[in-house]
Amino acid sequence: MQDALYLARTQFGLNIAFHILFPSITIALAWMLVFFRIRLARTNDPIWRVSYQLWTKVFALTFGMGVVTGVLMSFQFGTNWPGYMRAVGNVAGPLLAYEVLTAFFLEATFLAVMLFGINRVPQWLHVLSTILVAIGTTLSAFWILALNSWMQTPAGHVMQDGQLIAGSWLQVIFNPSFPYRLIHMLLASGLTGAFIVTGLSAWRLLKAPADGAARSTLRTGLIVAAVLAPLQIVAGDMHGLNTLEHQPAKIAAMEAAWETRTRMPLVLFAIPNEQTRRNDYAIEIPGLASFVLKHDFDAEVRGIVAFAPDTPPVAPLFFAFRVMVGTGVAMLVAAWSGVWLTRGGAVPKRWTLWVFAAMTFVGWIATLAGWLVTEMGRQPWLVTGVLRTADAVGPVSEASLGSSLTSYILTYTLMLISYIVVLTHIAGKGTELPLEPGTARQAQPA
Amino acid sequence: MSLDLPLVFAAIMGLAMLAYVVLDGYDLGVGMLMPAATPAQQNRMVNSIGPFWDANETWLVLGIGILLVAFPAAHGVVLTALYLPVVAMLIGLMLRGAAFEFRMKALGWHRELWNWLFWLGSFLASFSQGFMLGRYITGFASGFGYLLFAAVVGGGLCGGYVLLGSTWLIMRTEGELQRKAIDWARWGLAWTGLGIALVSLGTPLVAQSVREKWFDTSWFFVLMLLPAATLFASGLLWRSCARLAHDASASDRAPFMYAAIIFALAFAGLAYSLFPYVVIEKMTIWDAAAHPSALRVVFYGAVVVVPMIAGYTVFSYRVFRGKASESLYD
Repeated sequence: MQDALYLARTQFGLNIAFHILFPSITIALAWMLVFFRIRLARTNDPIWRVSYQLWTKVFALTFGMGVVTGVLMSFQFGTNWPGYMRAVGNVAGPLLAYEVLTAFFLEATFLAVMLFGINRVPQWLHVLSTILVAIGTTLSAFWILALNSWMQTPAGHVMQDGQLIAGSWLQVIFNPSFPYRLIHMLLASGLTGAFIVTGLSAWRLLKAPADGAARSTLRTGLIVAAVLAPLQIVAGDMHGLNTLEHQPAKIAAMEAAWETRTRMPLVLFAIPNEQTRRNDYAIEIPGLASFVLKHDFDAEVRGIVAFAPDTPPVAPLFFAFRVMVGTGVAMLVAAWSGVWLTRGGAVPKRWTLWVFAAMTFVGWIATLAGWLVTEMGRQPWLVTGVLRTADAVGPVSEASLGSSLTSYILTYTLMLISYIVVLTHIAGKGTELPLEPGTARQAQPA
Repeated sequence: MSLDLPLVFAAIMGLAMLAYVVLDGYDLGVGMLMPAATPAQQNRMVNSIGPFWDANETWLVLGIGILLVAFPAAHGVVLTALYLPVVAMLIGLMLRGAAFEFRMKALGWHRELWNWLFWLGSFLASFSQGFMLGRYITGFASGFGYLLFAAVVGGGLCGGYVLLGSTWLIMRTEGELQRKAIDWARWGLAWTGLGIALVSLGTPLVAQSVREKWFDTSWFFVLMLLPAATLFASGLLWRSCARLAHDASASDRAPFMYAAIIFALAFAGLAYSLFPYVVIEKMTIWDAAAHPSALRVVFYGAVVVVPMIAGYTVFSYRVFRGKASESLYD
């Protein structure tokens, strides 16, 4: 049974991790396309036309991946976690239904108009379609994060007739962690999308340094990232304080804080040891964790042992959290340097373009690390204090789980390799539009 | 207001599933017909479904979503019992969707590879869906005979989708490809007819409650109108194909309409066989229903949003009316 639980979790985690790669790009890219599309409508500049057309192709490809992996998710709730819907279906179900009703059809239908309809509908309708697709992707994030946050910090539910139901839908949706998580995720998507645009534009400029459209989009991506990165640090800090209030065990695991104490040190590096309940090879800064979490060096912070036995695993959270923060700092440094290097229409040196190109998918690393922290940090609960993960797992055999897991891995590997190859191919080929550097300058976003 | 909400949701779920089967059915059918066409024709075929397949697939998410929301107890039972075919279908749908995006951007043997994966994904998804239906009707009974029955339903549904796909192509293409599609539609119809006949004869044998509902009732002769109407629609479909083969000015929409009617009739028969069960002979829609508070909140949302979805779906079909061209971005 323990193995079946482990396999079910691995499989679900793999599927949802693979799925989130694509929405994390499209949520933000949809709004960048709105920007490109409105610039095109205003200026009728060919640079914006080719940028819009190129990036709608990237968007369509990414969106398609998101759809096919997302269809899978709607089945996985039932195939892997039948106990989930049985226990909390009256709350989780309507939230998912609203995602399908308000977002999925909207996105899918108007994406077709956006992609194939530019010569079939009037310009205003095409601009509107682009905006509706962006609204759809954001609505989708709204509902799914409302559900996810409710699982982390449930609120607004009551027991009636032996069933858990929503007492107040407003409290269910706007549960304590929802605003922080939604903003954190939207900013994460913004950064992921901005680095995709930056990285692929840099890749194009390595091949065709005179491509005016790629210069414009490089700068657009860098500016977006430079604005969002510091906002994300503030939002992340607020989200952390919110988690400390509602899920203190998760914070303790992230900080590898075993014992409750005052002047809690910030552990820079260590290998958390679950057996001895202490950190090996620790490098610490005294009192700093107390300061970060309570904004007071002498404050008391509760350690993992205070929450036993319902505690999340320490080492994965500790490392994933550091990967997320480290990647975030790297994005901040790259974006700010990039904005400086491209000031006044300058084209960065080749090695800097290589750095940006190498950072194309950097947002994925931070996003996945962040999700790992938040989802593993909820364990052993599926819905905090309401339903344990072990109680929701289905009767599917280990053989079925194992063979399907293998099939998924093979399919995903094929899809991911193809996706990256095709994406770099589309971007590398660029738009083949002969442009003088001068026209590129005029069309740059301020 | 005292609406029987489980009944309302059963109806909405059924209609969403029917919409999915007809709409994505033609996409999957077109996918399965790929190997029978030349490369230029393949491009037209894929382009004819390009603006639609994404929204079409969303009907499946809605259908499964309603199963999950309105009948949470059944959702887990059905999906765990169908675990492996569900996985096969999902992998099929993923391959199909990925191939759709990738083949447009690929050249040479890469495009050839994605064409095959497009075919494989479409076939795998279609067969798995039919297989699941076969398992579902028999209440997931175990034994070789039941698996064979499910495989026959799987094969039959492939035929049905080929029929939908080829009649869609009749409507959306012209010239040589349209003539080919007329031939495919005739084969598809024969195959579908055989499939429906086998399933209609087999179901009463393998599922007792279905047998009682159709044969131990004074409504027997009224019920027989359903197969009679199916036969009649098939005849009209055959004739509309024959007409179009000789006279290019004959209606190119009629075959698809008749194919959709055949699906609706088969669906009505199925709905009659199953009702009021959501898991046959184990769980009725009222046993499995979610709490009224959950049903109400989704119902109000659906009342507002579903007409909007219908509205912009019609809008999309109007924007992308007419024959498919070689290039999608015209």
